[in-house]
Amino acid sequence: MTGPEQSRVPFVAASPQGMVVAGGLPAHVVYVLRLGDDNLVMAQRLGEWISRGPDLEEDIALANVALDHLGQARALLAHAGALEGMGRTEDDLAMGRAERDVHNLLLVEQPNGDFAHTVARALFLDAYQVELWRVLSGSGDATLGGIAAKALKEARYHLRHSSAWAVRLGDGTALSHARMQAAVDDLWRFTFEPFAADAVDLAAAASGVGVDPEVLRAPWDARIDAVLTEATLERPSDPYQRTGGRQGFHTEHLGHVLTELQWMQRTFPGLHW
Amino acid sequence: MSGVAEPAAHVARVRALLDDVFDPEIPVLTIGDLGVLRAVEVEDGATVVTVTPTYSGCPAMDAIRADIAVVLHRAGVTDFEIRTAYAPAWTTDWMGEAAKTKLAEFGIAPPARVAEAMVAPVRCPRCRSTATTTISEFGSTACKALVVCDACREPFDLFKAI
Repeated sequence: MTGPEQSRVPFVAASPQGMVVAGGLPAHVVYVLRLGDDNLVMAQRLGEWISRGPDLEEDIALANVALDHLGQARALLAHAGALEGMGRTEDDLAMGRAERDVHNLLLVEQPNGDFAHTVARALFLDAYQVELWRVLSGSGDATLGGIAAKALKEARYHLRHSSAWAVRLGDGTALSHARMQAAVDDLWRFTFEPFAADAVDLAAAASGVGVDPEVLRAPWDARIDAVLTEATLERPSDPYQRTGGRQGFHTEHLGHVLTELQWMQRTFPGLHW
Repeated sequence: MSGVAEPAAHVARVRALLDDVFDPEIPVLTIGDLGVLRAVEVEDGATVVTVTPTYSGCPAMDAIRADIAVVLHRAGVTDFEIRTAYAPAWTTDWMGEAAKTKLAEFGIAPPARVAEAMVAPVRCPRCRSTATTTISEFGSTACKALVVCDACREPFDLFKAI
């Protein structure tokens, strides 16, 4: 477990060697962890829909998307563990970290809400990940580049699915339109964080491993605007934004997600079956 | 086990052995047919088998790795490593025509070429009609979508082109 000792380290600071460290870890490791955590938490949230989908096909669709995110999370967390070089496995990282050491975007930990909220959350994430994986396919970290190239194909498929639902609900009945608009408005405050760079992002970008997320914003905006327009939805103008997930400062919801995700390993550490 | 005497012959033998490893969810296709098997090599006298996942989260990959290990052990190949490569990313374009025919005969509509996937008609594997309607872009496994034939009303799986 990464516990209190690590939490006392200032989150982002310059180490004596001049290397950017975050929570005691090198920027490269944290950068990969962050991307892994987005997918881990998104997979867990989508998994909550299983057996509760609005129809059988959609239940299966959400489970399939969850599985893609879980696979991406496994590859990224395994890679982060290897980069760290302390012997932590993908399971150790998924099951053994508390909220402050988990770096997912606040967006993905938000509750499923009604189906419109699930669609809006997926749309915002998918549009971001398509741009992210496209750029990271050329990462100087060849393993990360390979994972990204694979994930890009999956993210494109996810985006097609979430976009189609946003249009279907937005341009549907008065009720579905109102609920889709409410979901977009509700989650809008979490759509700034993916593009807010901190020292970890900038160090990863400078070393050729990562990308300055600011460059992903324009294509994300264009994509989201196109979907919202087709869906007859209004783009929110509220500038209020929530950030902090990348640095381990989460909304209340992540604790509940981790409690369910980690319960078995916390109760029976190292359990196998 | 000590080193391999004739690497080329050994690689050919291992490749032949791996023709017995099928996808657990599509039992008519071998991992070679699917393009999941990427390489068989000899490194420092050890056999190295490299596989690539169809989808990042494909649960069949664990079964495939286990099946490879069983086949190699049974043939007396004990000094081996199974590696997973993500790049280049797997594509259904690696699937040959023979594999696509086997898929269709099994009742799964084979994938179109990726470049043509958005426009290519989907043919019902039962009655061959191209009058078909997508029910869901997601199906029974990560690699399939669900389609129904408008001519014979048979619902069937379509192998997604990626």
